[in-house]
Amino acid sequence: MGSDARQPARGRHAWRWGRKIATLALSVALTFLGLLFVTFLIGRVVPIDPVLAAVGDRAPAEVYERVRVELGLHLPLYQQFFVYLAKVVQGDLGHSVLTANPVTKDILRVFPATLELATAATFFGVLLGIPMGVMAAVHQGRWPDQILRVVGLFGYSIPVFWLGLMGLLLFYGRLDWAPGPGRLDVFYEGLITPVTGVILIDSAMAGEWEIFRNALAHIVLPAAILGYFSLAYISRMTRSFMLEQFNQEYITTARVKGASERSVIWRHALGNVRIPLVTVIALSYGNLLEGSVLTETVFAWPGLGLYLTHSLLSADMNAVLGGTIVVGAVFIGINLLSDVLYRVMDPRAR
Amino acid sequence: MKHWFPVVLVLIVGLALTPVHAATPKNTLVMAWQFDDIITLDPAEIFEFSAAEYAGNAYDRLIGYDVTDVSTIYGVVAESWQVDSDGKTYTFKIRQGIKFASGNPLTAEDVAFSLQRTVTLDKSPAFILGQFGFTAANVRDRIKATGPYTVVLQTDKTYAPTFVLYCLTATVGSVVDKQTVMAHEVDGDLGHAWLRTHHAGSGPFKLNQWKPSELLMLDANADYWDGAPAMKRVIIRHIPEQATQQLLVEKGDIDIARNLGPDQIKGLQGNDAVRIKSSPKGGIFYLGLNQKHPALKKPQVRQALKYLVDYDGIAETILKGAMVPHQAFLPKGFLGALEDKPFALDPDRAKKLLAEAGYPEGLTLTMDTRNNFPTLDMAQAIQSTFAMGGVKLEIIPMDGKQALTKYRARNHEIYIGRWGPDYQDPHTNADTFARNVDNSDDAKAKPLAWRNAWDIPEMSRQTDAAARESDPDKRARMYLEIQREHQEVSPFVIMFQEIEVAAERANVKNFILGPAFDSNFYRHVTK
Repeated sequence: MGSDARQPARGRHAWRWGRKIATLALSVALTFLGLLFVTFLIGRVVPIDPVLAAVGDRAPAEVYERVRVELGLHLPLYQQFFVYLAKVVQGDLGHSVLTANPVTKDILRVFPATLELATAATFFGVLLGIPMGVMAAVHQGRWPDQILRVVGLFGYSIPVFWLGLMGLLLFYGRLDWAPGPGRLDVFYEGLITPVTGVILIDSAMAGEWEIFRNALAHIVLPAAILGYFSLAYISRMTRSFMLEQFNQEYITTARVKGASERSVIWRHALGNVRIPLVTVIALSYGNLLEGSVLTETVFAWPGLGLYLTHSLLSADMNAVLGGTIVVGAVFIGINLLSDVLYRVMDPRAR
Repeated sequence: MKHWFPVVLVLIVGLALTPVHAATPKNTLVMAWQFDDIITLDPAEIFEFSAAEYAGNAYDRLIGYDVTDVSTIYGVVAESWQVDSDGKTYTFKIRQGIKFASGNPLTAEDVAFSLQRTVTLDKSPAFILGQFGFTAANVRDRIKATGPYTVVLQTDKTYAPTFVLYCLTATVGSVVDKQTVMAHEVDGDLGHAWLRTHHAGSGPFKLNQWKPSELLMLDANADYWDGAPAMKRVIIRHIPEQATQQLLVEKGDIDIARNLGPDQIKGLQGNDAVRIKSSPKGGIFYLGLNQKHPALKKPQVRQALKYLVDYDGIAETILKGAMVPHQAFLPKGFLGALEDKPFALDPDRAKKLLAEAGYPEGLTLTMDTRNNFPTLDMAQAIQSTFAMGGVKLEIIPMDGKQALTKYRARNHEIYIGRWGPDYQDPHTNADTFARNVDNSDDAKAKPLAWRNAWDIPEMSRQTDAAARESDPDKRARMYLEIQREHQEVSPFVIMFQEIEVAAERANVKNFILGPAFDSNFYRHVTK
C-alpha cells in the first residue's frame, strides 16, 4: 500500500534527476564543441604552415602537395572541422605529426606526468597555504602577517623559471639535497612498466620501493616550486576569507560564550571558510593541471605543458586539439567535483 | 590543520634525506640533448638533425666518409664499387658477414630494397636519390640486386661520380632489414608506419626505446661486424634547458651535454672535470634579401648591406666560438669551398654605394627573425651596424615555423636564416643558393634562390654543369668560380659557418663529432 502511494513522487524525483543530468550532459557537450571550434580556428588562423611540421623545410614540391592533401588541408575550413569532429565522436583523436603516435597515446604518456606534479604541488600549496593564511589573519597587521605577505608576494612575482633554476642550483648543484632534473635517475629509466603512468603509483604497485623513493625525491623540488605559486594564492585567499569571518557577529558570540580562541579560529571561522576555499583550491589545481611549461622546461619534466607548447608552435593541430580536450575535461571535472563538495559541506546546498 | 609544523618538518627532512647520486654506470653513456625535432625513425623519412644522428648510429650505410677529411670516402656495407665507362652504371660489391639486429644476414637484396623503398615512399629526403632519375615507376629496374652480394645502380644521365657516391653516404643510403620491415607492412606502406617508431638496422646500436621529447635509449649491437661498442647502452635524455644541461654535466650525472650556449661554455671553462670539444658543421647563417623589394633589387644596395655586417665582432662577442665567419655558400671542408672573405664592416663604403643606388638618406627595411639564440642576438648586432650606414632595420621576431612560412611565401624583406647541407656533396648547397630554373610564383622547386626571387638562368646552367663534371679537380674549380661571382652579386649576405660544441666529462673518450649531423658517432666511446 505504502509503496503504491509513493510511486508518483519517486517518478517525479527520477524525472527531475534525469533532466538535471541531461542538462548537464548537454552543457558539457556544448562547452567541448565551443572549445574545439575556437581552438581549431586559432590553429588555422595562426600563420604557421602545418605541412612544415610533417615534411620539413626541404621537401620537394610534390611531396609537400601530397602531404597537404593527406592532412586534409586542401578542404575548406568548415569541412576540415567536421571531418575532425566526426573522428573525435568516434574516439579517434588522430595522429600527431611530430611524434608519429596516435594523439591518445601521447596524451596518456604526458598527462600522468603533469597530474603527478600538479597533485604534489597542490598538496604543498594546501598544507602550507591554509595555515599560513590563518596565521596572517589572526595576526593581522603585525609582523607574522607582514612576513607572510612578503612570502606570498614573492610567490606571485618571481618568475618560476628563475626560481626553478635557482632551486636546482642550490639544492641539487650546491647542497646535494635534491636529485637532478627528470622524473627518475637515468639508470631507473625503462625499468618500470607504465600502468597508470604516474610513477609513484606504478612503482608502489610493483613493489619497487627503491624506484618509488627515487621518484619521490625527484618530485619534491619541482612540486615545491610549482606549489609555491598555489601557496601564495591559497594563503592570500584564506587570509581575506578569515578576516571577513572575524567581523561576523557569530564569532563575537562564540568568544562571549567563552569558547577558546583556538576553537574560535580553527572550528568556527575556518569551518565556514572551507567552502569558498574549495573553489580556490580547485581553481589552482585546475591551473596546474594544464601543465606548467616553464617548470617542465627547467626540470625536464615531460608533461602536458611542454607537449602542448611544442605542438602549437609546429601547428600540429591534432595534438593541440587533443590536449585541449583533456584540459577542458579536467576543468569540467574539477568544477563538478567542487560542486559536489559544496553540496557535501554546505548544509544549505543539500 | 593544527599540526602543520610537523608537516613542514617532514618535508624538509625528506628533502634532506634524499640519497646522494652516484656517477653514471661504467658501461653506459648518458647524454643530455635537445631532440624534440625527431618526428620519425624511418631512414627513408629522416631529415632532421637529431634523427640523422640516430640513423648514423643505428644503421649502416653503403658508403662512409672520413670524418676528419670529407674528401676521402670508403665502403661500409659496400666493400668496393666500380663505375662503368658510360658513367651511368655503378656496381657495388656488398660486404659479407653483416647481420641485422634481428639476426638476419645482410644481402644485396636488402640494399636494393632499401634504396627502392626510399624512392617509392617518396618522403622528404627521397629527392637525394630521385635527382639521379629514379622514380617509383623505374626504380625496380634501375636499382637491382644482380647476385647475392652484388647491386647495380643505373642513373639517367652522366653525373660526377663523387656526387652520386656522396649522396649514398646520406641517411637515405641506410640499409634496412627487408624481411623484418616487410613483416610489418600494412596496406602496401613498405613497413613505413611501423619503422617510424621501430628499428630494423645493422648498425653498432639498436633501438631500445624512443619517447618523443623525453627519452632515446639505444643498446649496443654485440654482434656488430666491425667490433662491438664498448658502451652497452646509450641513454639520451631530452633536457630542453641549456643551464640545466650545464648543471648535469658539472655534477657528473651525465657524461655529455650537447646543447650549451656561449654562457654555459664560459661557465665550464677552467673546470677540470669537463672538457669542451667542437667540430665545424656544414650549417651556414645568412641574410636573404628578397628581390621583389625595389630597393633590395639594386645591386649597389645588396653590396652595401654586405659591408654593413660586423662579421668578426659578432663572432667574437656574441657567438664566442659557436660559429666562425664564412662568406661563401659552400661550407669549409666541402669540395671546392671558397674561403675568401672579401667583406668587412665598412660604413663609409656602404653609404657611398647606397647614394649611388639613389638612397643618399638611407632607407628602412624589415627583417624576419626567429626568436631564439643566436638568431635574435645576431639580428640586434646587425641592426646597430646597419644604422651606421643609414639603414634603419626593424626586427620582426617570430617563432621558427612562422618565419619559415612567411619566407616560403616570399613575403619577407630580409630573412635571417640558417641552411645546413643535406649531404656532403657541393651540389646540395649550390642547388639551393645558386640555382633557380623557374622564378614564377607557382614554381615546383623552391630553393633559397627562388625564395628570394633571384632569377639566374645563367648561373643555374653553370651549377648543373658542375654537378655533371666527372673530373674532381675541374669540378672544384667550377664551384670556386660560381662562388666568387655569387659572393659579389647574390642577394645572400653569407656570414658564418656553424661549429657544434659539446661538453664531456674528462673520462669520456672517443666521442666523435663529425662534420655532419649524421656523423656524430658513439661506437668508439670508452670511459
